[in-house]
Amino acid sequence: MSIRTVTFDAIVVGGGGAGMRASLQMAQSGFKTALISKVFPTRSHTVSAQGGITCAIASADPNDDWRWHMYDTVKGSDYIGDQDAIEYMCSVGPEAVFELEHMGLPFSRFENGRIYQRPFGGQSKGPDDPTQAARTCAAADRTGHALLHTLYQQNLKAGTQFYSEWYGIDLVTTGDGKVAGVIAASIETGEVVFFKAKATVFATGGAGRIYSSTTNALINTGDGIGMALRAGLPVQDIEMWQFHPTGIAGAGTLVTEGCRGEGGYLINKDGERFMERYAPNAKDLAGRDVVARAMMMEILDGRGCGPNGDHVHLKLDHLGEEVLHSRLPGICELSKTFGHADPVKEPIPVVPTCHYMMGGIPTNIHGQAIRLSGGHEGEKEYVDGLFAVGEVACVSVHGANRLGGNSLLDLVVFGRAAGLYIEEALRQGMEQAEPNSDDMDRALSRLRRWEESSDGESVADLRQDLQSTMQNAFGVFRKGDLMADGVKKVAELRERIGKAHLADKSQTFNTARIEALELDNLLEVAQATAVAADSRTESRGAHSRYDFPDRDDENWLCHSIYDPKTQKLGKRDVNFKPKTVDTFQPKVRTY
Amino acid sequence: MKVSIYRYNPELDNEPYMKEYDIDTQGKDLMVLDVLALVKEQDPSMGYRRSCREGVCGSDGMNINGKNGLACITPLSEVAPGVLEGRKPLILRPLPGLPVIRDLVVDMTMFYNQYEKVQPFLQNNTPAPAIERLQSPEDRAKLDGLYECILCACCSTSCPSFWWNPEKFLGPAALLQSYRFLADSRDQATEDRLGNLDDPFSLFRCHGIMNCVSVCPKGLNPTRAIGHIRSMLLERAV
Ligand SMILES: Cc1cc2nc3c(=O)[nH]c(=O)nc-3n(C[C@H](O)[C@H](O)[C@H](O)COP(=O)(O)OP(=O)(O)OC[C@H]3O[C@@H](n4cnc5c(N)ncnc54)[C@H](O)[C@@H]3O)c2cc1C
Ligand code: SF4
Ligand code: SF4
Ligand code: FES
Repeated sequence: MSIRTVTFDAIVVGGGGAGMRASLQMAQSGFKTALISKVFPTRSHTVSAQGGITCAIASADPNDDWRWHMYDTVKGSDYIGDQDAIEYMCSVGPEAVFELEHMGLPFSRFENGRIYQRPFGGQSKGPDDPTQAARTCAAADRTGHALLHTLYQQNLKAGTQFYSEWYGIDLVTTGDGKVAGVIAASIETGEVVFFKAKATVFATGGAGRIYSSTTNALINTGDGIGMALRAGLPVQDIEMWQFHPTGIAGAGTLVTEGCRGEGGYLINKDGERFMERYAPNAKDLAGRDVVARAMMMEILDGRGCGPNGDHVHLKLDHLGEEVLHSRLPGICELSKTFGHADPVKEPIPVVPTCHYMMGGIPTNIHGQAIRLSGGHEGEKEYVDGLFAVGEVACVSVHGANRLGGNSLLDLVVFGRAAGLYIEEALRQGMEQAEPNSDDMDRALSRLRRWEESSDGESVADLRQDLQSTMQNAFGVFRKGDLMADGVKKVAELRERIGKAHLADKSQTFNTARIEALELDNLLEVAQATAVAADSRTESRGAHSRYDFPDRDDENWLCHSIYDPKTQKLGKRDVNFKPKTVDTFQPKVRTY
Repeated sequence: MKVSIYRYNPELDNEPYMKEYDIDTQGKDLMVLDVLALVKEQDPSMGYRRSCREGVCGSDGMNINGKNGLACITPLSEVAPGVLEGRKPLILRPLPGLPVIRDLVVDMTMFYNQYEKVQPFLQNNTPAPAIERLQSPEDRAKLDGLYECILCACCSTSCPSFWWNPEKFLGPAALLQSYRFLADSRDQATEDRLGNLDDPFSLFRCHGIMNCVSVCPKGLNPTRAIGHIRSMLLERAV
C-alpha cells in the first residue's frame, strides 16, 4: 500500500485540553504544526469536566501556597507520584491558570473580582494544618467546557492547522526505535495518510471504555496507549484506575466532587452520613479512593439504597435552590435527565464508577516519552520524536490516586511544557527520523488485517465481553483469584479479536471501521491493566486488594512498568527529589 | 419498536432512503442515542456521530421526529406521544439544510465557517496583569446563557434564514457567540465586532422566528442575543 505523505515540524494527536494547549504553544511560535483529532476538538472528553482546575492562585485564601497543594498531591498519590513533577505542576500552575483567564476563560468570580475557588477532596493547608482548603478554580460546573472552548478559540486565532475527524491508527517507527510520525485516516473520505513530523505528541486522553460502567465519553478508548504498546513501548502504573465516588447509578454519568465541595454529603439507606465513620476529619472530602471504598463497604454490608441496595445517596437539597442553580446548574440538569431526581428536592442515586486512568506513557516533565522498561536508570532513555501529555501520559503527578481538579491542571501545565520544549528543540535543529518501506508496512499492518478480514466475530460482541471481564475482575476491590481468571480471559480475547471481522469496508465516514480499530486499543489497555493489577501484590491508592490489604512500601513504593514484549511487570523508581522543597516522606494516609 | 432512519452512503446509493429497523427496547424509556446503539449492533453500517453521551459535546444533533435535538439527552418519552409505547415509529434524519456526508452525518463546514467569522476569541490589547484580569460577579453573570453553547448546530439548521443564506447570514449559533464576546467586560473589540455585523445579511436576516430558541438543547436564547446586538448596532448608528 502506497500512501500520501504530509510533513510537519510537529503533530499533535488529540484535541482535548492537553493537545490544544500544546498545539497553541507551537503554533504561536510559528512552527508548522498540525493537530489531528478523531472528533471536532470541542467534542473531546475535556468538555465534560465539571468541577474545576485545582491551583494555588491564592484567591479564596490570600495565604495559599503551592507547596500545600504539592503536599496534598503527594499524599493523594499514596506516595508514588514523582515529587519533581508534582513540584513543577503546582508551582507553575498559577501562571498557566492566569494565562487561561487572559485567553478569555469565563471563570466564576468572587465579589472582589478574582477567580472563584471551591473546596475539593484531599485539600489541606499543608502538612501541619488539615483544615479544608478551597483551591479548585471553577467556571460554574462547566469548567472543562469553558476551558476547551477557550483553547479552541485561541488555536483558531493562532492559526493551528486542524485535521478534525482524522483517526490516528499507528505510530511509524524506524528500526532503531525513533518515531517518524503517525498513520492516520480521514474519517470522512477514508484516505490513509502518513503524517511525518520531527515531533509527535500524543494527547489522546483516557480509556475508561475498557469498563462497562464509566463516566468517560464513548470515544475514550485508549488509542494512544494502544499505539504505544503496539510499537513496543512500555506503560506505567496502568493498574491504577480511579473510581469516582459519584457516578449516577445506572447511567454512569458523573456528578462532580464539587457537589460535596459545596456542602453536599453521602448518606446510606438509614440516612446516616457514613463518611464520618471512615474519615472523621475530611469526611465526604477525603481522597476519592477512600470515599469510593467506603461507599462499596456500605453497599456490601447491606446499607445501600434502592430496591436492590446497590447505590447510596448524595444529598444536596439542604443547600437550597439558589446555590444549586448558580453553582451547580449542569448537575441539576444531568441529575434530572439521567438520575430522574431533582437535587433541589431529592438526593441523587450514586455509585463508584470508573473515571480516570492514572497510568499511561511514562514521560519526564517536558513530555518526552521514556523507553526503558523496568530498571532504575530508566529516566535517562527517551524515545526520539515521541511526546505524551494529558491523561494518556504518566509524568507522574497522580501516582496511585488523582486528586479532583488536578487533571485539568496537568493538561495545561504539561501541554504547555511540552510545547515549550519542542519549540526549543526544533530551533536547535531536531532531526526527522526516516522510515523505510518495511517500517511503513509494519505501521499499516493492523489496518490491513481489518481490511482483509472476511469472517469472524463482531466488534460489538467482543467489546462487550472485554468490558464485562474488566468490570468484574478489576473494579474497586480486587482479588487474586478473580484477577488471575481475568488475565486469562483477556488473553483469550486477544486471540478472538485478532480474528474478528469488519463487514463494512466502505470509505465514506465508516464508523464501523473506527470502532474496530478502537477495539484493538481497548484490548491493549485492558491487557496491560490486567497483568499490572494482578502483579502488584499490595493495596495502594486506587488499587485495593482483598488478598493484600496493606500498603507494602518495602516492595512496592515504586512505579510499575508493563512491557508489552514480555507481557510482564517491571518496576521503576519514584522521584523523591523535588528541586526547591524538602522531600515529603511516605506516611500512613489518613483523612 | 419501529425505528426509521435516513440512510445514504454515496458509494452505494444513488439517493437517500428511509430504512426501518425493529428494535427491542424492553419498554424502557431509553435515550434516542441508546436506541441508535442498538440499531448499530444490528446494522454496523449505519453511521452517526457521538462522543460524550451526556449533552455537553454537541456531536449528535439530529432531526428526531421532525424536531432538532441531541439524541443522547432525548428520552423516547419526549420524542412524541406513542413512540415509547411503540405505537408510533421513531424517525431519525440528519440535521436539515447541511450537505449529508453519510446517513445521519452532515457536513458542518458552513456552520463552523460562520462561527469563525465572528472572531470567537477574547480580544484585549492591554498588557495582561501578573494575576487574572478582575471581573465582577455581575459582569461575569452577563456571560451566562451565552458561553454554554456546545456548537451542536440544532439552532442554525432549524432557522429558515440560515437555510436560504447559509453563507451570508451568520445564523443563531455564531451570533450568540458574537454576543458572548460583546458582552464580556474584558473584551475591547466591540467596535470592530459591530462593524463586521453591520450589513443587510450577517445579522439583519434574522426575522425573529424563534425556531432556534425552541430547539436549543442547552436552553439558550439566540434570539435574545441577536436582539441585544441589534440594539447595539442601532445605538452605534445614532
Ligand atoms: C465526567 C468527567 C468530569 C471530569 N471533571 C474533571 C474536573 O472537574 N477537573 C479535572 O481536573 N478533571 C476532570 N476530569 C478529568 C479530565 O476531564 C480528563 O482527564 C481530561 O479532560 C483529559 O484530557 P486530555 O486532553 O488528556 O484528553 P481528552 O480531552 O480526552 O482528548 C483526547 C483527544 O484525543 C483525540 N483522539 C483520541 N484518540 C485519537 C485517535 N486515534 N486519532 C485521533 N485523535 C484521537 C480525541 O479526538 C480528543 O480530541 C473529568 C473527567 C470526566 C470523565
Ligand atoms: S430567531 Fe432569527 S436566528 Fe432564530 S430561527 Fe428565527 S430567524 Fe433564525
Ligand atoms: S445555541 Fe444551542 S442549539 Fe445552537 S449551537 Fe449552541 S447549544 Fe446548539
Ligand atoms: S453525544 Fe455529546 S452531546 Fe450527545
